[in-house]
Amino acid sequence: MDVSTELEKMEESQPMEKTNVSRVKSPPESETHKPEPEKVKILVERLSVSYGGAQALKEVSLGIEPRSVTALIGPSGCGKSTFLRALNRMNDTIPGTRTEGKVMIDRVNIYDPDINVVALRRVVGMVFQKSNPFPKSVFDNVVYGPRLHGIRDRMKLEEIAEESLKRAALWNEVKDRLHKPALELSGGQQQRLCIARVLAVNPEILLMDEPASALDPISTAKIEELIQDLKKNYTIVIVTHNMQQAARVSDCTAFFYLGSLVEQGDTKKIFTVPDRKETEDYITGRFG
Amino acid sequence: MSGSLTITVPDLKIKESRWGEILLEALVRLFALAPLCALAFILVKIFQNGHKAISLEFLTQPPIEGMTQGGIFPCVFGTLVVTILMIAMALPLGVGSAIYLVEYAGEGFLFRIIRAAVNNLAGVPSIVFGLFGVGFFVLFVGRNIDHVLQTGLLFGQPCLLWAAATLSVLVLPVIIVSTEEALNAVPQSQRAASLALGATKWQTIRDVVLPQARGGILTGAILSISRGAGETAPILFTGCAYFLPRLPLVKLFGVFPMVNPFDQFMELSYHIFIMATQSTDAEKTLPIQYGTTLVLITLTFLLNLVAILLRVHFRQKLGQVSLQ
Repeated sequence: MDVSTELEKMEESQPMEKTNVSRVKSPPESETHKPEPEKVKILVERLSVSYGGAQALKEVSLGIEPRSVTALIGPSGCGKSTFLRALNRMNDTIPGTRTEGKVMIDRVNIYDPDINVVALRRVVGMVFQKSNPFPKSVFDNVVYGPRLHGIRDRMKLEEIAEESLKRAALWNEVKDRLHKPALELSGGQQQRLCIARVLAVNPEILLMDEPASALDPISTAKIEELIQDLKKNYTIVIVTHNMQQAARVSDCTAFFYLGSLVEQGDTKKIFTVPDRKETEDYITGRFG
Repeated sequence: MSGSLTITVPDLKIKESRWGEILLEALVRLFALAPLCALAFILVKIFQNGHKAISLEFLTQPPIEGMTQGGIFPCVFGTLVVTILMIAMALPLGVGSAIYLVEYAGEGFLFRIIRAAVNNLAGVPSIVFGLFGVGFFVLFVGRNIDHVLQTGLLFGQPCLLWAAATLSVLVLPVIIVSTEEALNAVPQSQRAASLALGATKWQTIRDVVLPQARGGILTGAILSISRGAGETAPILFTGCAYFLPRLPLVKLFGVFPMVNPFDQFMELSYHIFIMATQSTDAEKTLPIQYGTTLVLITLTFLLNLVAILLRVHFRQKLGQVSLQ
């Protein structure tokens, strides 16, 4: 019962002005939101993805600003996760995937043939729906990425681990059990550990695929709080099925339906006066 | 509600079909007991007749007096060495193939062909492996090496190396299949997590997938040992000796004794076969035959026991993971 009221209280406590600060002033009437190039971190142009012939994403164009939170919403199978996974080329790991169009990150098309995918994924980190820590210690989980990238110095690794765990708001809970198995942590702690593990690689963009959908409301609140905090340094794209969550954490919202981008814009606007009827129907729970 | 009750109540009293059920259950239970009986019979018989032959001398001395007396130490030694050599060759090859099949091959044409080959390899009779070993390893590979290196007749004759190589081809399917299972048991989300952190495919396999598959791979390795250790046919023409009381050793730099892979060797199962069929006095060697069989079976059972313990350990570890 009071979980929702609790969360609503949290929502109220979030200053609304803050979420609008980074928004580019663009005409609210425009259907596709096109911010000016220098204010764009990610610019997606006519992106289409198909899995073994089945079209999952149709000519999606979208701009994402630096240091903002963009929420991707829509019913299951609408292509929002496919879109997210296109941003760090995780779709490449699924056999039979075809991707067309451009994804420009800092004006570089990440689908250019000479792009180093491994390097790309260090810049574009990803947090998954189900927390997936390795069956190693907390410490070894966090420094997995830095170790891969050649950092061997123990002091340096410890520094990175502490810094990353602090940023993921987990340090105080795990500082005495860094060398205990990560799988002994609670579900919410595990998910924050996965976030810390991504932060340890020092990315610029964070992709989150329903990061709180498997968590209880208190852990969810912690993750949402964390997202607000991380926004100051990272560009965040988050897929969520939870409308309230999208409204709470994001500056921008993009609504996907049947593989197409139906509408995108200011979160406040999308949730109050959307341009398209499908968006309104979905947000108000009439379908989806 | 009451209508459905009146339909079911009379049915409760019908008993005709019960006898068929009981009979069938008894029958399949009997069938299921058959393997147990067979195993129990074999074990009891071998133990009864063999345990008297086992002694320290039997285990540590070579056979004497035309193999009618003495021990079986060269056979135990040969069996151990050929098995270790076999696993040393088969494990890297099998684990490598399984990694390719699971992590790299996808579902394409090559994958299907290799899969079919592995399955067919598992179905080849072991005597065919023996002939293959002689034709391929000894006569083709060995003789050609001799020809190229001008080593006379060193590689091109039956020896420990080619016997182990032949056995390793025999157990390859066991290792490949169990490694495949172990790799497939590692959740995709673990690979995704690693790749998303900027790990290469190989780094992901090395640091995330293989450590979690280790238990399963080890179990497969030990199962293949217990399969290969008892085989006779594959080594029949490829390296084992009828009678060779000295050990297949060579002195490295004239000092350190090491196994000579180009020597022939005696082996437990072949020794049993020889004594039962080729001996001058098969009756007289009967206790030795039973004793040797007991040693071989005990060795194989010990290896299986290790496999079972490993699997239990592995499952417990997996259980811990899935609990969270």
